[in-house]
Amino acid sequence: MGIEQLPPGWLLILGALLIPLLRGRMKAIWLLAVPAAGLVHLVFFVPDGSGMVASMFEYDLVLVRVDSLARVWGTIFHIAAFIAALYALHLKDDVQQVAAFLYAGAAIGAVFAGDWITLFVYWELTAITSVWLVWASGTERAIRAGVRYLIVQVGSGVLLLAGVILHVRQTGSLEFTNLGGVNDAASLLIFVAMGIKAAFPFLHNWLGDAYPEATVTGTVWLSTFTTKLAIYGLARAFPGEALLIPIGAAMTAFPIFFAVIENDLRRVLAYSTNNQLGFMVVGIGIGTAASINGTAAHAFADILFKSLLFMSMGAVLFRTGTCKASELGGLYKSMPWTCAFCIIGAASISAFPLTSGFVSKSIILTEVSNAHFAVVWLLLLFASAGVFHHSGIKIPYFAFFAHDSGIRVKEAPLNMLIAMGIAAAMCIGIGVFPGPLYALLPNQPETYVPYTLPHVVTQLQLLLWAALAFSVLNWYRIYPPELRSTNLDFDWVYRRAGPAVVSACGRLITSVQHAAVTVAQDGLVWAIERVHRHHGPQGLLARTSPTGSLALWVAILLGAVLVLYFT
Amino acid sequence: MTVDPTDSTDPNDSTASTDQREPPRWLDAFENVRKVYQWLWAVCLLLLVGGEGLLRWAHHRSQQAGDTHHAFAFESWPGFYALFGFIGSVGLVLAAKELRKLLMRAEDYYGD
Repeated sequence: MGIEQLPPGWLLILGALLIPLLRGRMKAIWLLAVPAAGLVHLVFFVPDGSGMVASMFEYDLVLVRVDSLARVWGTIFHIAAFIAALYALHLKDDVQQVAAFLYAGAAIGAVFAGDWITLFVYWELTAITSVWLVWASGTERAIRAGVRYLIVQVGSGVLLLAGVILHVRQTGSLEFTNLGGVNDAASLLIFVAMGIKAAFPFLHNWLGDAYPEATVTGTVWLSTFTTKLAIYGLARAFPGEALLIPIGAAMTAFPIFFAVIENDLRRVLAYSTNNQLGFMVVGIGIGTAASINGTAAHAFADILFKSLLFMSMGAVLFRTGTCKASELGGLYKSMPWTCAFCIIGAASISAFPLTSGFVSKSIILTEVSNAHFAVVWLLLLFASAGVFHHSGIKIPYFAFFAHDSGIRVKEAPLNMLIAMGIAAAMCIGIGVFPGPLYALLPNQPETYVPYTLPHVVTQLQLLLWAALAFSVLNWYRIYPPELRSTNLDFDWVYRRAGPAVVSACGRLITSVQHAAVTVAQDGLVWAIERVHRHHGPQGLLARTSPTGSLALWVAILLGAVLVLYFT
Repeated sequence: MTVDPTDSTDPNDSTASTDQREPPRWLDAFENVRKVYQWLWAVCLLLLVGGEGLLRWAHHRSQQAGDTHHAFAFESWPGFYALFGFIGSVGLVLAAKELRKLLMRAEDYYGD
């Protein structure tokens, strides 16, 4: 088998198996070389088209299908894996390193899956490998969050499989391709399965629940793969599905309210992940060639700036032991580099000119505007101001500035700084030179021009006036203070209401059973009393006659027979 | 909470980088924070007025070139983006503040 036939992702999966055997410098080199080799393999060796067809019963499994859409995700997944591996290089925990590599490999494999069954296998593999990154925190809280995460993720896979089985029965085709919208039970099941991983409204809580509980380095891995794989799946199977437009618009707008009042800064980032996914979902829903390009470009950009933000907050957590806004502040004095990188990530997610968000998100907004969806457009604009508020300002402000918490720590370790530096350089590089990213997009030619005078001016007006709003509210002490708290979200339904309903049902069943037993016992007592009355010692039916009286009666009968016989 | 500089996640690599008598920073002085605040106001007002002029000029030029203009009428309202950003953000924060009354619970609400 030639190297060009090796499926993308398998280098990471096979490479993961060697990690526990290596030590010291060799291990560090291996951890960086494997994702780098995977990227080189994908870009220079893997040809377009389908490969590795395996037969299963009467169906053909296409293990590898390479096209321009898959290449966008494959490329950025490899880059993100390299950056995350570098960020986690200091880690002395084989379980996390192996799990992370298997997870990344599975996600890449899923992107290049050509049929639904192969996709399903990788889909579940991402779930069962990534949960170890949550569990590796080792706290009771993390273990519980990990279990909830695993249930949701595996559940998504089960729905996917159910939908696929129905789909194959109806169409006889296993090809992982455009389903032409949500129009029957099969496509609905697949849609919901993908919606869970893409964190649709009411299906989103696993994200804010599990990501902040994962380890410092684990969250960086998690932030890249699962949700963006789901976006890829939606872009592949449901482009132009109109349902995605309101769903995506809701996703951009509602998490920002939670992000404003959330104290755990990694949870704030989880909410902003949700918000950014919304933009991508809207892009898929619009479904034009340009809007799919916008989604692909924004997924690419988002993976970089979201990793960067999670890395900077991870570095803060690593050094100070907390990621709570109420405990932090003034860290720019002791972690200036981390602070600078965080600000670059914050500017990128806010789509400031000269950063990656500016050249990617605006493609989607332009397409919404071209389609004349005024309400959706206004919601996305509101969400753009909102994301600047909670991720662009709140994250750097409360961690690195605000009031000085008195915390003095060392700057983040060198490997973390280099990883953040690479991500930051890419955020700015894409923002300044969007050409290479646009050339990678699935629908060519991509002719969007981000740097026009009106675009730059209006975007600066929007963002700086949003910054002014933050400053004014802070200046007059109207801005809500950061408080140690838990904010209820939809997960309350299954973490509190669900168990409460179950235990109420339990109590109801117990009392019904108790009542039933009482009624049954009373009935039984009544029956026994009746029987006792008639058959008891005083009962009519229970009178015993002596044996002698029977003999007398037999004698009388015999006598009567004798008399009759002889007469 | 203050963290002892010698006490951190990684014991090998976490001594305080600065000594106890660190020099005061520019942002430590309240006058300077006030300066930043005032500068932000100045930049925003300039951007509102100057930006509006630039937008009209660009709009005029693109019309001359036969280009289609804004997709939505409200985009051409004066200061639309700036005021939308400002009012949207204030509304967001005030609404979130109200939301807190409804949603905020103790940190250990879920018992773990």
